[in-house]
Amino acid sequence: MADGIRVLSLSAWFGSQRVLRNVFVNIAPNEVTAIIGPSGCGKSTFIRCLNRMHEVVPGARADGRVLLNGEDVYAPGTDPVTIRRRIGMVFQKPNPFPTMSVFDNVAAGLRLAGVRNRAALHEAVERALGQAALWDEVKDSLGKSGASLSGGQQQRLCIARALAVGPEVLLMDEPSSALDPIATAKIEELILELKKDLMVVIVTHNMQQAARVADATGFFLLGELVEFARTREIFTSPRDKRTEDYITGRFG
Amino acid sequence: MERLAPAGAGAAPSRLLPGAASASARSAVSGDRLFRALLRAVGLGFVLVMLAMIAALAIAAWPAIRQFGWGFVVESNWDPVQESFGALPFIYGTLLSSILALLIAVPLGLGAAIYLAELAPAWIRPPVGFLIELLAAVPSVVYGLWGIFVLAPLLRSWVQPFLGATLGWLPLFQGPPYGVGMLAAGIILAIMVVPFIATVSRDVLLAVPSQQREAALALGATGWETTRVAVLRYGRSGLIGAILLGLGRALGETMAVTMVIGNRPEIAASLFAPGYTMASVIANEFTEATSDLYLAALIEVALLLLVITVVVNALARLLVWSVGGPVKTVRE
Repeated sequence: MADGIRVLSLSAWFGSQRVLRNVFVNIAPNEVTAIIGPSGCGKSTFIRCLNRMHEVVPGARADGRVLLNGEDVYAPGTDPVTIRRRIGMVFQKPNPFPTMSVFDNVAAGLRLAGVRNRAALHEAVERALGQAALWDEVKDSLGKSGASLSGGQQQRLCIARALAVGPEVLLMDEPSSALDPIATAKIEELILELKKDLMVVIVTHNMQQAARVADATGFFLLGELVEFARTREIFTSPRDKRTEDYITGRFG
Repeated sequence: MERLAPAGAGAAPSRLLPGAASASARSAVSGDRLFRALLRAVGLGFVLVMLAMIAALAIAAWPAIRQFGWGFVVESNWDPVQESFGALPFIYGTLLSSILALLIAVPLGLGAAIYLAELAPAWIRPPVGFLIELLAAVPSVVYGLWGIFVLAPLLRSWVQPFLGATLGWLPLFQGPPYGVGMLAAGIILAIMVVPFIATVSRDVLLAVPSQQREAALALGATGWETTRVAVLRYGRSGLIGAILLGLGRALGETMAVTMVIGNRPEIAASLFAPGYTMASVIANEFTEATSDLYLAALIEVALLLLVITVVVNALARLLVWSVGGPVKTVRE
């Protein structure tokens, strides 16, 4: 069953502007996949298409097939809500719910899914915070506002919030670009830990980060997936001239 | 180079440019001081005006305060001929008509705001928003006239008989259907405060960062759940502020209410019965107040209205704090 994500001929538009062109790619399960490329190349749009978040922007649409463990995310009649429960997402800027406590932030997804049992909620919250390597720092202040944490803690809180519902995939859209180097290192450590349990797809601006955490890496340019290969190959022997130019810092 | 003041010339160094205490920087500092003093005067000026107003009203109302004491606020006889004054029916009328107005206007106003901010297609937002804002610009005497000629007959021949027949076992809906009365006042007030609640709430909801919506959507929230979990919660103190603005407006509204409430100083359990508000009695009777005590009694009503408005606003402010205070900005 767990055969990862297969993307077949995926295209995406904002209004009449085409931002993704016929992307084909296979993302393997239990791996970390990095998506790199210059600003505006469509890398964020690509991962937002995977959990159907792209279409929440007015005027945005996508076309093609995305098979999550064999099931088409874009099949007619598929409810994006159920897809988003299976594919969690972490954003560039930490966005905890500021009016909710740390506990309620992590429990939010479960409550949306209808979990009311206190013991079950407690267990899931503790597990998710543990997975996000935040439990030890917040276990005595679960009632504090989610916005009172530091930036790095807030981002791990958002990771815990996404993990609490037990997703099969975690999408991360430049999760450490708003964080300092120490907080970034913690997030990267966490990503390597998480890949034991689920797939991680991470968009990053930072090529060193891709090299450090990812098993496979895809390079996007102008809405096209130029090259997708094992991370070591991408960085040591890229096949495409454009990939080489980008990773050697000639542009972007 | 000549513009640099020599060191130790006694010039206060600019806080923005340490060491570069030029002549222009010096004048900027004194301009800053002047500006600050001006703004302080304006800010404190409002406090002074408020206090002066309360003092002036209290002095003018003093004969009535001395004569009736607390009896003025707890007794319900209002008899200018006997010079016996109790303002309870007016206080009751003001509070009840405003509460009634909020009961109707809050769901309508919030609903309209949620529609305009979250659901409506982009092209529909400006015209609908504009029309709602236009409702706030209609003069209240026009609302009053509409109340007399359209709303009251409608209530008398359709709504009140229906309510009496279905919910008549409640004391609220008993008695003869006059049309004009507390219910008419509440409905008119509701229509008048809806635009305030709707437009301020819409602006509060539009100010909620889109990242909050995305956070909820990405967790698998439906559209309504996103509004409830991310948007309304984030904006709740602003929404309470919007409702307060409506309440303040309802408490003080005079003309339209005077035209439809029936103007009878009685406390009745039924919403069909006529009532009277503080603002109405002042407007209606000010010109006939021939004796000093009568005039003082009306001014005391004005003082009470001012105090009630301040107290209601203070209580509501406390409510805002108790629900978690203003939204803390997310640390970067």
